[in-house]
Amino acid sequence: MTAARALGLAITATALLCAIPGGSARADEPCRVLTGARVHLPGGPSDDAVIVLVGERIAAAGNIVAGLELSIPNTGSARFQGQACVQQDYSGREITAGLIEAGSSLGLVEIGLEAATRDHNWEAGPANRAALVVADAYNARSTLIPVARLGGITSALIVPRGGLISGQGAVVDLRGGSQQEAVVNRSAALYASMRTGGSRAAGIHLLGQALDDARFLSRNGAAYEAGRTRPLSAGPLALAAIADVVRNRIPLVVAADRAADIEALLRLAATQNIRLVIAGGAEAWLLADELSTARVAVIVNPLVYGPGSFDQVEARADNAALLDAAGVHVIIATGSSHFARNLRQRAGNAVRGGLSHHAALRAITATPAEVFGLRHRGRIEAGAIANLVSWSGDPLEISSRPLEILIRGAAMPLRSRQTELLDRYRRPPGTPVPPEPLPTP
Amino acid sequence: MLVNPSAPLTSTRVLVLALLCTALTLSASSGTASEDDAEARAVDSEATPPPLPSLAAAEERGTRPLEDSPDIVHQLIVLDGASIMTATGKSFDSGHIVIDGGRIKALGEGPAPALEGAHHIDASGMFITPGIIDTHSHLGVYAAPSSKAHGDGNEATSPTTPGVWAEHSFGPQDPGIQRAVAGGVTTIQVLPGSANLIGGRGVVLQMVPHRGSRAMRFPGAPETLKMACGENPKRVYGSRSSAPSTRMGNLRATRMAFIKAQRALAKLEEHEAKAAAATDGGKKKRKRRKDRDDEAESKLGPERDLDTESLMGVLRGEILPQVHCYRADDMLSMLQLADEFGFRIRSFHHATDAYKIRDILAERQVAASTWADWWGFKLEAYDAIPESAALLSEAGGLPVIHSDSSVGIQRLNQEAAKAWYAGLHAGIDVPREEALSWITLNPAWVLGIDHDTGSLEVGKRADLVVWDGDPFSVYSSARWVFIEGVLRHDSSNTTRWSDFELGQGGER
Repeated sequence: MTAARALGLAITATALLCAIPGGSARADEPCRVLTGARVHLPGGPSDDAVIVLVGERIAAAGNIVAGLELSIPNTGSARFQGQACVQQDYSGREITAGLIEAGSSLGLVEIGLEAATRDHNWEAGPANRAALVVADAYNARSTLIPVARLGGITSALIVPRGGLISGQGAVVDLRGGSQQEAVVNRSAALYASMRTGGSRAAGIHLLGQALDDARFLSRNGAAYEAGRTRPLSAGPLALAAIADVVRNRIPLVVAADRAADIEALLRLAATQNIRLVIAGGAEAWLLADELSTARVAVIVNPLVYGPGSFDQVEARADNAALLDAAGVHVIIATGSSHFARNLRQRAGNAVRGGLSHHAALRAITATPAEVFGLRHRGRIEAGAIANLVSWSGDPLEISSRPLEILIRGAAMPLRSRQTELLDRYRRPPGTPVPPEPLPTP
Repeated sequence: MLVNPSAPLTSTRVLVLALLCTALTLSASSGTASEDDAEARAVDSEATPPPLPSLAAAEERGTRPLEDSPDIVHQLIVLDGASIMTATGKSFDSGHIVIDGGRIKALGEGPAPALEGAHHIDASGMFITPGIIDTHSHLGVYAAPSSKAHGDGNEATSPTTPGVWAEHSFGPQDPGIQRAVAGGVTTIQVLPGSANLIGGRGVVLQMVPHRGSRAMRFPGAPETLKMACGENPKRVYGSRSSAPSTRMGNLRATRMAFIKAQRALAKLEEHEAKAAAATDGGKKKRKRRKDRDDEAESKLGPERDLDTESLMGVLRGEILPQVHCYRADDMLSMLQLADEFGFRIRSFHHATDAYKIRDILAERQVAASTWADWWGFKLEAYDAIPESAALLSEAGGLPVIHSDSSVGIQRLNQEAAKAWYAGLHAGIDVPREEALSWITLNPAWVLGIDHDTGSLEVGKRADLVVWDGDPFSVYSSARWVFIEGVLRHDSSNTTRWSDFELGQGGER
């Protein structure tokens, strides 16, 4: 944007009361004003927007920012609501909300084939593992996290797998060296499958039974404690966890690709009055209207093979586009640990398949944030947590890369174990470790 | 092995055939010849030593496709107005390509000269590259939809099965074949899996639909052999408490197999020399019956063994070894093994540590077929970095971006782009044309078909892709794909090749 225009807007904005509350600056927190970038705002990209960062938060963002005084020409300083700020020119860059990977094993798997490093699946567990909180296994110091972060991912849903009900997934920020620093929400969703025990009908039956029992227990807790109830399908801890789904506090995420399975799950969700999210959804386009009406979000993989399995016979490349056109909440995810960094490539392929660029970006930012209850992430707006990525170009394009990654306002190092390997082997290879210098006498 | 009458046997192919045939013995024809016949021939030979039976003919009988070659009309086609990337270092901002008889007749900057009877295609604003070649595919041997019934990629019953041929597992109804073509792929190498140290013969196929695999063979492509080192074989067999269960066990078993093959080859060569001498010399000397028996036996030559034949082909340099390895030290062990037995590894596959030994790979001209960014799914892939291909290219090596995936093969242009940009961002200044060769000319070399395809040059097969945008952009798709000058993919056409896909989806 031109600086002159920004100043003009800032002046009129004050008069128009366009300021968004929640951005009141505190003098003890550093303030930055980013100008000149193409900013991907919730309503779409803008080349005239400014972002004001104060501490961990976005204090203001948009084409019109109240109480902002920019320096023209840029002297490096600005004022926001009376506070002195650093003004930075981001011309030529694009800024998005930090990407959110909505179905990952990050921090739960270090080496895929090494069982000792895998914690995403309670392989010896019972079918109903709803009480399992996968966040308790999250390794914030995993080497995978900086790699994923270099793909522009700042938050992730970490997901348990296996069994009928796999357990509770958590939201993490890809920042910090401890669970305490990283975990944002220990229980953001409950994960399930309908393919346990052979028949899908059995899966639907068992899921329904677990939900019924959770509801029953929540109403008859005292009788249960006194041993005066019918036998229940799972223990009280598991059923208590499922009760969060029954009470609509968290969604139930169920893996399903086949249209028939999605149909059965939609019926289950309606009967049980729960919030359902479909993960996979290769054939979801066949039920786009039903999913839209039921307000059921779908997590898709735009790199679907085609008929890669008998559940994906009618998979197609424009699945995401067709769902979006019908008004379905579309989320794009990798479902991966090591490949999570390719999230934006997947979104790019959804665009190749017909999805709009804005919708594709939303599918890896605002929509997963909304579906999984992260009200302050995934959007560049006043009051949001400052999880931001500044890109060298189009964030979905292969030629682009992140130039700056902020998580809760802090700049993350653009480094990983892989960049360290590169540095070590950038010189012509030979003996990788030079000899130690002899001690000086 | 005439796959396509329009493309006669190349001299290379004839040589390969001839050499392969020497590995065959009379047993190839013993199905029709009785022992008496053999005896009779042996006795007759006292007078005039017969020429060696026409093994080339036998080989050809067994390998000639049963399918009639379809009546492909090779049209005269002109593509005009596109940005052309040839993969030879040359490119044209707005050029033309003339296709005639399935081959590139002319290409250059500016509009094409007027050609009578030519089919003219306006490709303005589009990009043309050579067809993509994937050195590592399991299409057809693990056909979609994934099923136990079609899991035919690993003969995991013995750690060394050099005598199995991927061609015999390949199912041409895999819906992934057409989807790969839609991604710009014109040629693939189908390989057995890596459960075994020596997994069997690979096969190079042109992506033209046929009812059987034989008819899909790329004309003139040499034979290949899949080998593996590292975690997979030792895991598969070690978990059954059988050998190998360690990396050293891997090497022992592979070396033992080659020691056996070396001896078999020596015997075969001795037999060939004797037969040649008998043919040349024609010394007629009365022999005792026992001598005659020995001679008859020796005329039969060593017993035919499919496992040994494949390894002898490697030892003779006719079969190109394709070796699955990840770790730098594993690759060095295999190079050492190749030195011990005097053969050349054509390409390592996966080779995630290639960047660590790029000087050695470049010096020996051993290619590295790798991914852009796969890593960490197993410990031997933990050190992979996205800049590996660019580092190898910079060092003068031969990187190839392969798929090893029925999903990845649909977007190898994007995978090459990721590897190229990763290099650029790290300051590894590889030209764009060179990055294109990672999915075109380099894989053609790995498969021994670079004289015929892999780049856009006059005289080469017209295997090419017309992209609707920059092939290194995530948003671009193949608009048209030509294989030997025949249009095989048009993005506006929705006809499915695979019989599997017919009638799916209930109500039509």
